[in-house]
Amino acid sequence: MRPGLRLLSPGLLTTLQDRGRIGYQHLGIPVSGALDPISLAAANLLVGNPADTAALEIAYQGPTLLVDADSIRVACVGAAASLELVGAGARAGRRRLALFESARLLRGEELRIGALTGGAVLYLAAAGGFDVPPVLGSRSTLVRAGIGGLDGRALRAGDCLPLCQPRAPEAEEVRLAGLNLAPPPRFRIILGPQDDYFTAEALAALSQKSFTVTPASDRMGMRLDGPHLSHSKGYNIVSDGIAPGTIQVPGNGLPIVLLADRQTTGGYPKIATVISADLPALGRLTPGAQVRFEVVSIEAAEAARRAQAAELAALARLIGPLPRTVQIDEGRLHGANLVSGMVDALAGDPA
Amino acid sequence: MTTAEHFADRPRFLPAGDSALVVEFADRVDPEVSARVLALARRIAGAAIAGVVETVPTFRSLMVHYDPLGISNQELRARLEPLLRDLAGQVPAGRHWHLPACYDPSLGVDLAEVAERTGLSAADVVKAHSEAPFRVYMVGFLPGFAYLGGLPALLELPRRENPRLKVDAGSIAIAMAMSVIYSIESPGGWNILARTPVPLWDLRRDPAALMSAGDRVSFAPISRAEYDELAGKARAGELRVTPQPHDA
Repeated sequence: MRPGLRLLSPGLLTTLQDRGRIGYQHLGIPVSGALDPISLAAANLLVGNPADTAALEIAYQGPTLLVDADSIRVACVGAAASLELVGAGARAGRRRLALFESARLLRGEELRIGALTGGAVLYLAAAGGFDVPPVLGSRSTLVRAGIGGLDGRALRAGDCLPLCQPRAPEAEEVRLAGLNLAPPPRFRIILGPQDDYFTAEALAALSQKSFTVTPASDRMGMRLDGPHLSHSKGYNIVSDGIAPGTIQVPGNGLPIVLLADRQTTGGYPKIATVISADLPALGRLTPGAQVRFEVVSIEAAEAARRAQAAELAALARLIGPLPRTVQIDEGRLHGANLVSGMVDALAGDPA
Repeated sequence: MTTAEHFADRPRFLPAGDSALVVEFADRVDPEVSARVLALARRIAGAAIAGVVETVPTFRSLMVHYDPLGISNQELRARLEPLLRDLAGQVPAGRHWHLPACYDPSLGVDLAEVAERTGLSAADVVKAHSEAPFRVYMVGFLPGFAYLGGLPALLELPRRENPRLKVDAGSIAIAMAMSVIYSIESPGGWNILARTPVPLWDLRRDPAALMSAGDRVSFAPISRAEYDELAGKARAGELRVTPQPHDA
């Protein structure tokens, strides 16, 4: 039988995601991919995978996974959640795993991932990756079009997600310390391409007022509530292209920031675009989180992106061996879950 | 007067963040604008600029997606600037798709209403739509979803006031000055005239999306019985359509 991870319960929206489907937007095919590629990369590095290997993207409520393989090495990075391992055989009993650490699980063991707090997404990477066929160069799931992942859909109870490696050799486990997943005080934006379709008041409100992430948000777009952004020249434009992080404003005046599963083209005026370096942090926000924007230049955006790329390249240096004593110290592990600072996301704007 | 002079305004750059740049030619639906957009897309593909990921043609503009770690916005503009000169509005010889289309009211569910709103008979609506030479201006919104320009003026109507929650794949619909073909089932507000059994989007096929911007399209009316037979073949992956080369 094929080695795999069996889903005893699927969680709320658990999908496979990698860095997305690049180069097919001219055919109407959205890019998709991880909402938070930084956490995806970190989870992969912890289990020795290339940073863009497809991993489970877990939203809001985690799944319960049964190991249906000799052994598997996993790591979870992202929003805080309880990770309870129900052991089997000689390891019977319950213990807690920690985020930002690798762990080797054995056949018959059950990983119960609880509700996410302080962030929208959590990534579970498996050493060697998941054995599903790429579609147009990517394993990312796009539920709307029924492509990628496992049969083009979110995972369900009873699914068995096949693994590329039947077993994970015993090895020293590792941890990642010092990855900052906290949201920036302000998300940086570049005005345009249709900022001239809005009133001066709308442009002022965009950079001065606070917006709230609403529960109607999904992988396609983050719907914000807040001051209405009034159009000065109507709200129907002849469709043009949509960039990652585009902020489009339909007739009701409430902005939608377009995320991973965004449509390739659209006919609402786009007031601004969130810079690429701030998109991973935006993808982590949960409903209720406050969002403030700050207009920056393209040069500033490019500098921020280069700095982030340098941090990502140095991520491996933050990974070190997991001290033996820590492996059984639940209190410290639990504390380690929270050092990310992501809990601040719900506490409001620190500025 | 050449076509280039006809559009006196040079295309302009519009910012779309730090990983995409818009080259805008106009703000209207127009065959010559579309032709210039497509001409620029071909030029950029030919120039193979390092850092450019892909371009997305739309009715009025070309979106250039790029990797900001591979090329800066300023460098990209400098590389694109010379490519904007003398962009002919000449429409390239494209592929020509002849698609079977069933206008039976069981599939063209808005045909009667369109006839009523335009003051034409249903037969005249079918004749006007199926004899129109369409061209793909843009593929977007959904995988393989095609926006066609060239709708006869007598069929121009606004979108439906109440969009449908479910429009079947293959539905051929009209609104404003355009016709569209739904590639996969989705919500939609366009007026549905017909359905084609030819899948616009089929992952068993390479490329999965049937059409590209610039292609020509015409519709050949078929009966409901013919539709059912062809749709059966399509489900089995046995319906092959090949475009004809440009036939002027």
